[in-house]
Amino acid sequence: MTLKKLKATDRMKQIMGGYYMMGEQAEVNGWITSGAPVELLYAMDIYPVYPENHGALIGAAKQGPHFSDFAEKMGFSRDLCSYARCDIGCVFAGTSPVGGLPEPTFLFACNNICNTVIKWYQVLSRIFKVPLFILDTPFIRKDLKESYIRYVHDQLYEFVDFLEKTTGRELSDLKLKETLIKSVQGVNGYSEVLKMAKNKPSPLTCFDAFLNMAPIVCLRGTDYPIEFYAEMKKELVERVERGEGAVENEEVRLLWDNIPVWYRLRWLAEFFADRNACLVADTYTNAWTGFISMDKSDVFWSMAETYTFSYLNIGIEHTAEAINRLIDYYDVDGVVIHSNRSCKPYSFGQYELQKMIDVPSVVIEADMVDSRVFSEAQVETRLEAFLEMLK
Amino acid sequence: MIVAGIDVGSLTAKCVLLKDGEIVAYKVIKVSPNLEETAEKVFGEVLREAGIDKVDKIVATGYGRNKVSFADRTVTEISCHAKGALFFIPTARTVIDIGGQDSKVISIENGKVAEFVMNDKCAAGTGRFLEVMASALHLKIEELGDIAERAERATKISSTCTVFAESEVISHLASGERVEDIVAGIHEAIASRIAAMARRVKVEPDVVLTGGVAKNKAMKRALERELGMEIKIPAEPQIVGAVGAALFAMS
Repeated sequence: MTLKKLKATDRMKQIMGGYYMMGEQAEVNGWITSGAPVELLYAMDIYPVYPENHGALIGAAKQGPHFSDFAEKMGFSRDLCSYARCDIGCVFAGTSPVGGLPEPTFLFACNNICNTVIKWYQVLSRIFKVPLFILDTPFIRKDLKESYIRYVHDQLYEFVDFLEKTTGRELSDLKLKETLIKSVQGVNGYSEVLKMAKNKPSPLTCFDAFLNMAPIVCLRGTDYPIEFYAEMKKELVERVERGEGAVENEEVRLLWDNIPVWYRLRWLAEFFADRNACLVADTYTNAWTGFISMDKSDVFWSMAETYTFSYLNIGIEHTAEAINRLIDYYDVDGVVIHSNRSCKPYSFGQYELQKMIDVPSVVIEADMVDSRVFSEAQVETRLEAFLEMLK
Repeated sequence: MIVAGIDVGSLTAKCVLLKDGEIVAYKVIKVSPNLEETAEKVFGEVLREAGIDKVDKIVATGYGRNKVSFADRTVTEISCHAKGALFFIPTARTVIDIGGQDSKVISIENGKVAEFVMNDKCAAGTGRFLEVMASALHLKIEELGDIAERAERATKISSTCTVFAESEVISHLASGERVEDIVAGIHEAIASRIAAMARRVKVEPDVVLTGGVAKNKAMKRALERELGMEIKIPAEPQIVGAVGAALFAMS
């Protein structure tokens, strides 16, 4: 079985190659978490380095255990997130699949995705002896209170002070607004790409979405995602016009929950394609779609609101609601839930979620980067039995 | 029509022959490291016993299902255990299977799998747990059930992890606890682990226990206590998966 490739993926590789090269030349760079307001950095021509994207890359290169080992030898526990372990491991190893990340000018961690990032970035701050800014976003159990937004809003101003002091540059309001507009355009373009999966058969799988998500994460606020996702959408529209699905004979439509199993992306894609099952959508890439509620009168307030109400920073009722919305929108028959050893906030409550969502689901145990946690026979049996049950 | 179902598990391989829907022969053997050879061997033995030399269709199931190259197709043990359990006990609504390295709870609606849960990566709550404990106590796995029946009170085994539970068992022995009580405690530990898993699906009667462990009466009783429900055991609990596979071969 050969998987259908999107031409867009080649273009994405070029763009991301360029992104990593830019990093080597950048005068000033900040290491940043995936859910942080990167627009402030791009608005000040600061290059953002994404250790999480780097971690995913290590996973996809099947080098997780190798780089993790460097961190484990320094005493970091195997229970720690494998993105953190591998990135810290690469620092000690002095290299990585992309030759290591450029040393940071400063560090910027936002805990709207998890609280591991706080300790992780503190460790980095001690290693590199550079300043760290933590943007603390309160967890939204039920309602997004105004006091929460105010709290984050005020910190964003502090962060601008931090950036100006650290870099000696000044933030221009105009440049920030331009960056935010580009960010919104990029996010909308990306969202339209994902929504193409509503078609039957779907012209893309979640594996295509995973492979091509890097530009919206790393280059959000620049022109690249806007152009790239417009191009990708064109390719998908062509597929739809030809009546061509990403998977031949699409019989079952599924939703993926959690971060991908990067080192098994191809194996999983083939596994489902062979069985006429298409994973049409996922909760991970969709987390980058609702991104910005732009109120031009106070962009800081908008940013505070958007970045606080992020997918991993909300209570389980909100999560279940979001999943049920996806199930309904994409007309999904079942959900494949990845219980990710690394990502506790993402995996917590999954058994509870199973009871709250509208279609059957199956849980598989794995890890996004650490392949030592993956048992092929166990995963295969659970997934096969699930498909037998749905068909 | 003569069909065969072959269930290659992690510890034992089973083969069942069905002729027009009736069991004509079956065998259970230990698996060797070569799963393909094991499958051929168990199939050959059953053919000899039945006195025939070929069958119309073969379906393989179990952890080694993909290694049975002479099978016409494979079906997972989840679907096969549900189908096999219904063959023996048509009123089955819940199937609990305790296998060598997997345990599973299957909920059946209208004769089909409606939902299922399986153990996580950990071997606690599987047949392997019993094996490890039997060897720590220098007992045969077949004896465990009878020994547990003679307990005065079950010793509490608090570790979930098989490795930790093994050292816990050894320290209970060292501190003079009765072997019977420890063995009863081991059964309760497995039962509570499986009951916790079972509660994630709807547990409705009739509850059927399958797999080799079902022959163990103490296990059955421990599970009944944990679930607060009567449990039924098929006539040959170990071949339920293979029977299910053979039934799939018929359709």
